[in-house]
Amino acid sequence: MAETSTMSERSVTRFLTARRGGGSLHWTDIFSYVYLALGVALMFGPVVWLALSSFKTPAGLQEFPPTLLPLGQIERSVEGYDDPLPMFKVTMDDGTVRELAQIRRIGIIAQMVDPENPDETIKVPIASREPIREFRVAWENYTKPLERFNFLTYLNNSVIVTAAATLVTLLINSMAAFGLAIYEFRGRNAVMLFVIGTLMIPITIILVPAYLVVTELGMVNTLWAVILPGAATPTGVFLLRQYMLTIPRDLIEAARMDKASEWSIYWRIVLPLSLPAIAVLAIFSVMWRWNDFLWPLIVLNRSEVYTLQIGLNAFQGELDVQWHYVLAMTVVALIPVTLVFAFLQRFITTGIASSGMK
Amino acid sequence: MKNRLHMTLAMGVAALGLMAGNALAETELRMTWYNDGIEGEVMRGILDKFEADNPDIKVTLDVVPYKAILESLPVQLAAGEGPDIARVTDLGGLSKYYMDLTPYISDPAYWEENFGPFLKWLRQPGDTSSISGFMTQLTVTGPYVNKTLFEQAEVEMPGEGATWDDWAKASKEVADKLDIPIPMAWDRSGHRVAGPAISMGAKMFDADGEPALVDDGLKLMATKLYDWHQDGTMAKELWGSVSGSQYLGANEDFANAKVVMYMSGSWQIPQFADTIGDAFDWWAVPAPCGPAACTGMPGGASLVALKTSKHPEEVGKLMDYLSSEEVLGEFYGKTLFIPGHLGLASKGVDFATDDPRAKHALSTFSSAVPSISPIAFDLQGYVNNRVMFNALISRLGEAIVGELTLDQAFDRMTQDVEQQIAEKKRGG
Amino acid sequence: MALEDTTRSKSDSGPSLLNAIAAWPVRVLFTILDVPLRGLQRLLGIRAMPYVFILPNLAFFGLFVVVPLFINFAFSVTGGTNLYLDDRPFVGLEQYGFLFDCGNYLDPTTCREDRFWRGVFNTFTFVFFQVSLIVLFSLITALILNREIRGRGFFRAAFFFPVLLSPVVVALIWKWILLRDGVLNAFLVSMGLDPVLYFVSPTWSMFWAIFVSVWAHMGFYTLILLAGLQAIPPDLYEAAEMDGTKRERVFFRITLPLLWPNMLVVIVLALIKAVQIFDEVFVLTGGGPGTATQFIVQYIYTTGFSNQVQNFGLAAAASVVLGVVLFVLTLLQLAASRRKDEA
Repeated sequence: MAETSTMSERSVTRFLTARRGGGSLHWTDIFSYVYLALGVALMFGPVVWLALSSFKTPAGLQEFPPTLLPLGQIERSVEGYDDPLPMFKVTMDDGTVRELAQIRRIGIIAQMVDPENPDETIKVPIASREPIREFRVAWENYTKPLERFNFLTYLNNSVIVTAAATLVTLLINSMAAFGLAIYEFRGRNAVMLFVIGTLMIPITIILVPAYLVVTELGMVNTLWAVILPGAATPTGVFLLRQYMLTIPRDLIEAARMDKASEWSIYWRIVLPLSLPAIAVLAIFSVMWRWNDFLWPLIVLNRSEVYTLQIGLNAFQGELDVQWHYVLAMTVVALIPVTLVFAFLQRFITTGIASSGMK
Repeated sequence: MKNRLHMTLAMGVAALGLMAGNALAETELRMTWYNDGIEGEVMRGILDKFEADNPDIKVTLDVVPYKAILESLPVQLAAGEGPDIARVTDLGGLSKYYMDLTPYISDPAYWEENFGPFLKWLRQPGDTSSISGFMTQLTVTGPYVNKTLFEQAEVEMPGEGATWDDWAKASKEVADKLDIPIPMAWDRSGHRVAGPAISMGAKMFDADGEPALVDDGLKLMATKLYDWHQDGTMAKELWGSVSGSQYLGANEDFANAKVVMYMSGSWQIPQFADTIGDAFDWWAVPAPCGPAACTGMPGGASLVALKTSKHPEEVGKLMDYLSSEEVLGEFYGKTLFIPGHLGLASKGVDFATDDPRAKHALSTFSSAVPSISPIAFDLQGYVNNRVMFNALISRLGEAIVGELTLDQAFDRMTQDVEQQIAEKKRGG
Repeated sequence: MALEDTTRSKSDSGPSLLNAIAAWPVRVLFTILDVPLRGLQRLLGIRAMPYVFILPNLAFFGLFVVVPLFINFAFSVTGGTNLYLDDRPFVGLEQYGFLFDCGNYLDPTTCREDRFWRGVFNTFTFVFFQVSLIVLFSLITALILNREIRGRGFFRAAFFFPVLLSPVVVALIWKWILLRDGVLNAFLVSMGLDPVLYFVSPTWSMFWAIFVSVWAHMGFYTLILLAGLQAIPPDLYEAAEMDGTKRERVFFRITLPLLWPNMLVVIVLALIKAVQIFDEVFVLTGGGPGTATQFIVQYIYTTGFSNQVQNFGLAAAASVVLGVVLFVLTLLQLAASRRKDEA
């Protein structure tokens, strides 16, 4: 199978890739590789930068220009001082370079001391000193906020919500798509129009009315409140239906001849053939649910039902953001998605590509 | 095979998780809380002691992002889905959801005596007697300066009674000499501007007690802020970015010595003690003056009992415990919060810090409380004060970036306040 | 024949994994459901079956989307700040009148509710540039990925990676880069240029809002276009090659027309997404400076939700207006695509 695929792809692309005269690169080849290299750097670069930054100390984050790797300043304990002092490389007035420990900094002057000779205090303009640093990872950016809340409970809730919501979505969306794709019936166009019309409605604008409905149903502070409301996604119905339209009708007619029930046509014939599109929807559903923030924030206000996204944001107070925690928690939120990506990337891309969405 | 197992497991766990909410024996109280610093941990420690004394009551602390306190909690309360107790900052705005604790607490006189002026903030207009909660912290707005930079630049710090203009000029001078990027920064918050505006003569209310945001005093303050942004005394990064009434602070920039003078408030003390330490002398200074007064704004967060609670007796018991002088003293002391308890305020709280800067700041802000203008107290107690703050900050922000002229901004402020209050009055 | 080969092989390439995961419990579930549904079919006849299939989805949809939409509409014709409709006085079209109270519709400062109109204009600007750029870059990327390139699978995946990130994460990643002391300014300084305060400048803020959302979403559209490119029958290209047709001509005469259905999907979806833009930009720029990147959805969100006086009525009116505009846009799109199909 794979061979057929490459064969046909090759012929598809021959016109673009044909290197005329054999061997000599056409400008489009060079352009392609340059474009792709830049593209990869642009797609991953920011995320890598975020991850690297998340291991820096608050002081390290403030540095300008920033360093690539997380560095920590070397500290030495000096006689006569309770706490270890940070070490600097100082260019003295006479041009010599000394390694001194800083006692304190006052404006543009630093009071420094030579660890070998702790009695004498030396005043140095801050412009002429440079911290001596080593590679050091600030794990506390991660451990501190994670200690503050019940990480495992939130993780568990998020997994339950994501899994349950995705299953419900796949089931009811695929059924509806089947109904809309396979049959001609009265009201079909109306329903389709409706589906497409509501494709466009962002949850943000019906937040409060939707909350009222959920309250009336008594679902506030249960995980159902986050699982069910988003299950009937119009996007999913649209995507699956478009795919199911491409399934040959002969197959269905033949099954009917064999007295298969409509339900078994649905799950024995149409569903298996629609798997690529279903896989796409599954991936999207997982993403949506995992990343959901605004809605859970309203319907869940008890810590035992918090999802991870609420938990990760719970340390943000009235004060301004503390970047070292924000960055670390962003990385934590990123990890599951990146893992999904790493394991399923081949599958994701072929799935979406072959679902076609014509 | 493995996949199958996972699937069944996940489903089983799902079913369990969904049912877990119902299986609790003793009375459980829910307290919705947000954190600026370590106060959640301190509160948890106190609650543990309470639970040990009262084995039949369990208190769960639901820590939420501050955003949820401002945005989600009001909707939840309106739908009758709130917790038993919550830590809130929109004191007047939510007052219709507060429970009157009077029948459930042991000594209402103690509350009146020690929380008197703050109880008013929690009451609806017309109500003079209800007791709904106490202040987890009293805050006072006021500026900090980087004293070290002043010394460095050999510029003298303006002394007692100095005006905002004096401070602005001095900060600019320091910044120019030492090449500091931001001479002066104010939190992007209407509450922060209100104090100085009152100092400039703003009255905030008309003779009938109705809100009258825009008057000559406010115009004077707003014009100064506008000019400072144009001449570089203030950086546009706070007021000139983001839209509407969103809050932005300059605490990180101040902590990194990029700001000479920072207008914020007493709640920054624990954070500065932690992040700045002795890196430089961060110094709280008394509220600078205008022609009318030298005042900051009082404020703070309050722990309130809510009507939605089904266990008022237990809530009363808990609030009694938490508000006792001993427990509250411990709480304020550990969190470095200015006491919202008159007894403790006059006796003094034993703050858990050795930092001379923090001690100085705490005493500066504590001693500023008596000199706060009555207008500022009234404004803080006014139910729709955030409507006024939001109109002020969002329109002034639009003027500073040049979308509106100052005069247009003033008109819009008046309009915004009128419209929102009219909407609120419609259908009660 | 070749075409059929391609589709065959594609539909078989990935799903074995999903098959394995889903196989057993799903089969049991469906087999059990088969009994009542077979009965239902016998009872109601085959003509009723489509309704049976769409019913569960429609029920959920009705409950959690349609009912809220109606409540939303009811909000828009009532006033006050109460949550329950019983407590909200009927005000007719007042909220709408308020929104449309303008001296000159092209100048937001003359409007009673100036922020709404600023939101409308900002949204137009954003949608225009964002959708054009998404279409342009997805097309270029798809064309390149369609070539015979080493590591094509990896490159495809790489462009898709940002699609998986949540809007908040996307915004935080870029905000961290664009801050005053961020890495981009460090780069500018190292090149001898002055650092730029991006979020203080209206133009830069809009630029980055567009850039970041193109960055985050183009991977998805690239894959849709790639699928379209791969479905173009190779014979056509072979024939063109034999005729010695120029590449550019082949592109405009064969590739582009045959890609049109996929292009249409991309344009429609990108347009819908762009009009709905909210969280990404909200976290990135906060809608500022001033109101330079404040879009309609943000206006609705702040008016109805994050202001102290939660003005549900006005927010609902604005969302109804938005909904009507979107619906008309969709109808136009559908009409256009139908005409195209017929032609």
